[in-house]
Amino acid sequence: MTAPAPVAVRMTGISKSFGGIRALDSVDFEVFAGEVHALLGGNGAGKSTILKVLNGVHVPEEGTIEVAGQTLTARTPEAARAAGIAMNFQEMSLIPTLTVAQNIFLTREARDARGMIDDADSVRRAKVIFDMLQVEVDPTALVGDLGAGQKQLTEIAKAISQEARVLILDEPSTALSVSDVERLFVFLRQLKAKGVAIIYVSHRMDEIARIADRATILRDGKHVITAPLADLPIDVMIEHIVGKKSKGLADVARGDVSRGEVLLELANVTGPHKPENVSFALHRGEVLGLAGLLGSGRSALARVVAGIEPAVSGEIRIKGTRVAVRRPADAVAHRIALVPEARATQGIIPAHSVADNMVMSVIGRIAPKGFVDRVRVRDIAEDMIARLSIKTASRDHAVSTLSGGNQQKVVIGKWLATEPEILILDEPTAGIDIGSKAEIIRLVRDLAQAGKGVIVISSELSELLTACDRILVMADGRAHQMLDRADLDDPEERDPEHALQAAERRLQIEIQKALTIKEASHG
Amino acid sequence: MAKATTAPAGAFFANWRQNIIYIGFVVIFVVFALTLNDKGFLNPNNLLNIVRQTAMIAVMAVAMTFVLSAGEIDLSVGAVAGLTTVTVAMAISIAGPVGGVLAGLATGLAVGMFNGWLTTRIGIPSFLTTLAMMGIAKGVAMWISDTAAVPILSPGYSWIFGGGSVGPIPVLMFWMAVIAGVGHVALRRSGFGRKVLATGGGEMAARYSGIDTRSIKFKVLVLSSCAAALAGMLYAGRLQSGRFQLGEGDELSVIAAAVLGGTSLFGGKGTVIGTIVGALMIGMINNGLILMGLEFSQQLIAKGAIIILAVALSQKRG
Repeated sequence: MTAPAPVAVRMTGISKSFGGIRALDSVDFEVFAGEVHALLGGNGAGKSTILKVLNGVHVPEEGTIEVAGQTLTARTPEAARAAGIAMNFQEMSLIPTLTVAQNIFLTREARDARGMIDDADSVRRAKVIFDMLQVEVDPTALVGDLGAGQKQLTEIAKAISQEARVLILDEPSTALSVSDVERLFVFLRQLKAKGVAIIYVSHRMDEIARIADRATILRDGKHVITAPLADLPIDVMIEHIVGKKSKGLADVARGDVSRGEVLLELANVTGPHKPENVSFALHRGEVLGLAGLLGSGRSALARVVAGIEPAVSGEIRIKGTRVAVRRPADAVAHRIALVPEARATQGIIPAHSVADNMVMSVIGRIAPKGFVDRVRVRDIAEDMIARLSIKTASRDHAVSTLSGGNQQKVVIGKWLATEPEILILDEPTAGIDIGSKAEIIRLVRDLAQAGKGVIVISSELSELLTACDRILVMADGRAHQMLDRADLDDPEERDPEHALQAAERRLQIEIQKALTIKEASHG
Repeated sequence: MAKATTAPAGAFFANWRQNIIYIGFVVIFVVFALTLNDKGFLNPNNLLNIVRQTAMIAVMAVAMTFVLSAGEIDLSVGAVAGLTTVTVAMAISIAGPVGGVLAGLATGLAVGMFNGWLTTRIGIPSFLTTLAMMGIAKGVAMWISDTAAVPILSPGYSWIFGGGSVGPIPVLMFWMAVIAGVGHVALRRSGFGRKVLATGGGEMAARYSGIDTRSIKFKVLVLSSCAAALAGMLYAGRLQSGRFQLGEGDELSVIAAAVLGGTSLFGGKGTVIGTIVGALMIGMINNGLILMGLEFSQQLIAKGAIIILAVALSQKRG
């Protein structure tokens, strides 16, 4: 930092609450023209919220926003756009039935002399942008037919095409190949030289270290630090991101791990997109965690095992016997259950009752003669409500009337009703309150104790560390390393809260390492 | 050499599912031309008759293409056409042809704005809004006309709106061509059309891109009712009277025409040319089956089977 660069964005004292929960608490955020500014923080730190405030999607309760010295008064996406702010919306702003070029210039199409849309011009200009990025995307292809990486490039092109003064890139690289990321960086440096302010959000510390000039770290809705990257080595960044957690997620005593026989074994399993060539074994009585960033293939692995996206090669063995899992029904028959990541769409039917949701996977069993046995429905529902202490007015109430935590318990109950031996939980605590989180983690431990094999996928590292006996670190669809939970502990550390933080930092470093190794191996 | 000659055909057949409506149209036309030649299928008068019978459906189907592309539906078009025949006929008897035309347009505008308001402001799904409107429009038409036909005694009106012809070409064909042309350009080339397709293709994404999706939905519903009103004016002119039964059940043919033409019921996809060919295909099938001497019951079955076959063939299989 030599001469003071002009300020492109100055947000002062921004506060925003959602239903009584403070997502942003008097946050200051300042970005200079001609810099790449990284915005960092854990899940729920308030990164997306502050970007959506800047972008006019959310209206803050307090605070002011200045763009290039002008105070923004109107708080709408149109006003933000007019002020020169452009953002990629993680696939939210693409319309699958339009072409790439039509999407990029949507509402900003060139018009011919008669005022009609000139699609050929859009195609031409889209080509220019993709050429600048040096990537191969067909501007005339339908977005719905594209893969995730090409969609992401289209999103980025859409943001770039607005020739904004402030360009916000929210996790732009999750689906990109290493070489595409490299080309994106080259292009961002060119934009930077032209004086564009770039706000870059990513969970990949190695990327941040390569592209960003300064970084701002948020935690629990509060501003923690803004500093040049030179003053923020990766371990310091992680320390600021993790911080002193006051989340009350007490470390559940894991007790003695009594690992039994091997329940599930994967040998070189490859899915239709991801994972790639993954092998591991899950024992009776243990909880295995899958750690990794978005796009690392954790959920894809779960979908392969549950028969939703069947494996294309490799072997799945249950108790030593090779099995074919081609449909979800096969998985249920082999006593595998998946509590999926998108609760509202993949887990429950919100308008149906607690009891009806609970028996959805066992309808065949409770209706042996074709008629649903209402006594058994009642028994299953009441049993699960008691066992999981689900708070609901009655088993006949719609699941939509329950809190997020209790809805999740209904999904877990629904799968426990299938009497699984292998239970996979994908982000089981996403969007639920801290009390229910602790309860669900305790439940996971209890299920393992009762002799089931459990796999937990979570982006919250403290949760994985609390729940799991072993943690498999994944990156780019591959299994990187199997870590023993005990090895992440510092034997010197006595204070349990500090111990958990120290372990979280270690795990975070392993996840970041997996990314760099991946890049090295890709050249 | 063989390769060189088959290359374009290869490209066409690679996309044959998308083009099934055009292939189907040609196939059915050829089959009817061969088998029904002796019964006068190819007689120019018969072909123009198909156009006359199709024009109203086609006019409404062009607007329906916009409605479906925006992810909505309008079930009230048939009833609104019927209501308009009555209001036009009554207004002509009081205020002459100009008053009649104004009354017809006002009918479409009023119904459309009410549909749009209920759907976009109150939040009732358009399926229900327009289902209810179907009953209301028919009820109003029966009530104000006392369920009797209202004669139209204005030859000028009847000539322009449906009855007349220039040489051998019926005026109805001009109406159909004009609406189709305007609709095609508007959907494919205008900013409004692009916004309609974006709204139906991904409402959330469209809103994030700065499109006022509520206003788009309001406008397509107004458009649809106005097109229904125009169809009603054409019915009234052609039959020189207003009757509440006119247009009854047309909504199904209109939706079928659009869907046959490749418009998605889920929004985001549609072409006006496809819709027009779809409408003509339905008219041609009706005509051919009658010439074949099939009974009405058999016609219904054959028509249903052909529509299912065409739509099934156009589906992408995963």
